[in-house]
Amino acid sequence: MTTILPRKDVVIVGLGWTGAILAQELTDEGLDVLAIERGPWRDTSTDFNIGYAQDELRYAIRRDLFLQPATEAMTMRNNLSQTALPMREYGSFLPGSGVGGAGVHWNGHTWRFFNTDFKIADNLTQRYGADRVSELQLQNWGVESAELEKHYDKFEYLAGISGKAGNINGQIQPGGNPFEDPRSREYPLPPLDMTYAPTLFAEATRSLGLHPFPTPAANVSRDYINPLGIAMGQCTMCGFCERFGCANYSKSSAQTTILPVLMKKKNFEVRTDSEVLRIELDASGKNARGVTYVNTSGEEFFQPADMVLLCAYGLHNVRLMLLSGIGQPYDPNTGEGTVGRNYCYQTNAGAQVFFDDKNFNPFVAAGALGQTLDDYNGDAFDHGGLDFVGGAGINCIPTNGRPIQTRPTPPGTPRWGKDWKQATVNAYKSTLSFSAQGSSYPTRGNYLDLDPTYKDRFGRPLLRVTFDFPDNDIRMSNWVSDRMEEIAKSFGAKQYVNTRRKKGWDSVPYQSTHNTGGAVMGEDSKTSSVNKYLQSWDVSNLFVIGASAFAHNAGKNPTGTVGALAYHTADAIRQQYLRNPGQPLVSA
Amino acid sequence: MESHSLKRPTRRVFLSSVAMTLVAAGAGPALARSFSGLLPWQEGVANPPLQVRPGGWLFLTPEEVATMEAVVDRLVPADDLSIGGKEAGCVVYLDRQLAGTYGTSGRLYTSGPFLPGLPTQGYQAAATPSQRYRAGIAALNAFTRDAKGGKRFAELSPEDQDALLKEMEAGKVALPNKVDAKGFFNLMLSNAMEGFFADPIYGGNKDMASWKMLGFPGARYDYRDHVSKHNQPYPLPPVSIAGSTDWMAK
Repeated sequence: MTTILPRKDVVIVGLGWTGAILAQELTDEGLDVLAIERGPWRDTSTDFNIGYAQDELRYAIRRDLFLQPATEAMTMRNNLSQTALPMREYGSFLPGSGVGGAGVHWNGHTWRFFNTDFKIADNLTQRYGADRVSELQLQNWGVESAELEKHYDKFEYLAGISGKAGNINGQIQPGGNPFEDPRSREYPLPPLDMTYAPTLFAEATRSLGLHPFPTPAANVSRDYINPLGIAMGQCTMCGFCERFGCANYSKSSAQTTILPVLMKKKNFEVRTDSEVLRIELDASGKNARGVTYVNTSGEEFFQPADMVLLCAYGLHNVRLMLLSGIGQPYDPNTGEGTVGRNYCYQTNAGAQVFFDDKNFNPFVAAGALGQTLDDYNGDAFDHGGLDFVGGAGINCIPTNGRPIQTRPTPPGTPRWGKDWKQATVNAYKSTLSFSAQGSSYPTRGNYLDLDPTYKDRFGRPLLRVTFDFPDNDIRMSNWVSDRMEEIAKSFGAKQYVNTRRKKGWDSVPYQSTHNTGGAVMGEDSKTSSVNKYLQSWDVSNLFVIGASAFAHNAGKNPTGTVGALAYHTADAIRQQYLRNPGQPLVSA
Repeated sequence: MESHSLKRPTRRVFLSSVAMTLVAAGAGPALARSFSGLLPWQEGVANPPLQVRPGGWLFLTPEEVATMEAVVDRLVPADDLSIGGKEAGCVVYLDRQLAGTYGTSGRLYTSGPFLPGLPTQGYQAAATPSQRYRAGIAALNAFTRDAKGGKRFAELSPEDQDALLKEMEAGKVALPNKVDAKGFFNLMLSNAMEGFFADPIYGGNKDMASWKMLGFPGARYDYRDHVSKHNQPYPLPPVSIAGSTDWMAK
């Protein structure tokens, strides 16, 4: 039996970064907002407790704060000819769970995408011709950098991002990223003090004529009071960032930047440990009536609402749309349909440089404390004589020295025994690592749908991920790896090793929790699920917010753009939608 | 503030605009809760780790203990750099892990059908870690009894133990009962490394032996005074979640 609850103005599915931003903005508008969160309530003092936050086994290996596969798994295969099987343990990517979502245990790299990303199809076709991109399913996002600038700015000031601007209103700034699009003002905080490895990396790459700059970080470099009046404390470089909650109120998250204000509002409520089963539509199929959810006792509730905002992790947004029959599921054989379309990932590669005479103290670290160069990223360089499009940010961001996982050894070292131990001790402090975070471009065959065999604990089909690295992206990553080899060689160390990206995406080793697309934004309702304001083309009172909206993935971490899109959506709802509720903001 | 320990939150709880229903710690699975009107905080719900204390075995049998102590002493041998895996407590660590959620795959997706997968699809068998150890150790000792003159693994010379472990690592040995030697080796290796490098609170890494060996300061949590001291050794010894063993009665 389903209990029918009193109506709310807005119901939000998932209380992470985007849910908290939308809730904050729409409660300011006077709306009565309810968030329904699958995982538990989490707060800093209880759940990221400074007495035991530094527990690598519990948080990094057993992944205490993450979505557990027992709660929801996904199936995977590399292509249509394979049978997808469940990822019984998440490996390649690690979705979050609970209040704050994956924003609790991220590293904090906070980027703006290039304008050439948002206009990717136009830009690459005009610059290199249609043939160059014919193997890809590239499409414009329907927005441009200039339009998103104020929303990026708002997110960066909310989160107290530490960095150095590279371009303020068209003026290139020394020490910043010269390839970025114009921003209206400096970052709210200066860069973090640099550790040794990124300092050395910056010197080496600068002498090669490249343009390193401090990575924009959501680990605050100074004490900070954000525009909502919430105070954050200076990052202590503890080296327990990614996979961990921050016990110091130093890493930006919903907990440290929004919830103390949001939770005090009488017109906001969150129900935790409650999982939304589906969005309910009216008879026309063009309006959401609300959501059905189940609590931990197995009781079902129908929560009516005038608006539904899908703010879960991007992959879960897509699954909930498919489970609710919203939009046309994407068909990889015909290229038709929108939901599940343009699933993308990240095309990463790595390099390690082994020194004899250096001590990098790898444990002195923060999740985003390091140096990046964009010389080989996106379309910041000319691809005219090359056989690929896209690129990678090169990052020297040593995030930790946690010894269960971070024990580099030179190639040829055994994995155990006396020689292993000696090599491990020798390399622990004296290895410099850097990496390429490569773009991931859509193809017809990479997509998301519902698995025909495997079910979750409520009997609903699991999400099926069909993905392999496109040939274009492999060529891109190889070319970038050649550039990394030039950098690695320039250190003059005793040894270096390059780890190149190969075909055959492997779901086991960790790579990146940057899963994008599946409910992409765009200009055309035939090739996108949501319009430029992330409003569903099919169901006008439904907005789908997150990296699910990315029409492709850039060589950058997604959270900055996710935050900007959340504010972009909130602004459109406040300024436009509420004047004419239930109507499309863009005509299909 | 209301506090409910009932398994079923009432509808009234959901409808109350400032209701905050909380569940007493340890009352079983987390229950649905509603929060509004204040930032909820409750005493006594933090969940610190429990200190593993050596003494007795919760999962492993005496023969399994003897086998695994021999294995971890080859994976992490005692030398000038550190104590060995056995003395460090790697088997105590393993025993407690296997007796808990890890041993039963409690966090994982364990629904069928179980089909053979591709390497890119990860582990697809139904057996849990505790089942794999039970079967794997038995198979290992059955193999050595047959192939090594009636001896169990622990009774072999260190050289013979190393040779056999290398063959398992390379997948060059066929263990009885269709035990996947390479897969079982990798499981033992990853658990031994976890035990050796994890916080000592979990039973391994005795006296922070591995952290002292590497120079990892452990749970210090604040390095602001050292961040700009490039290429200089960090001066302080490690601490664990439980502090330092130097401070405790032996």
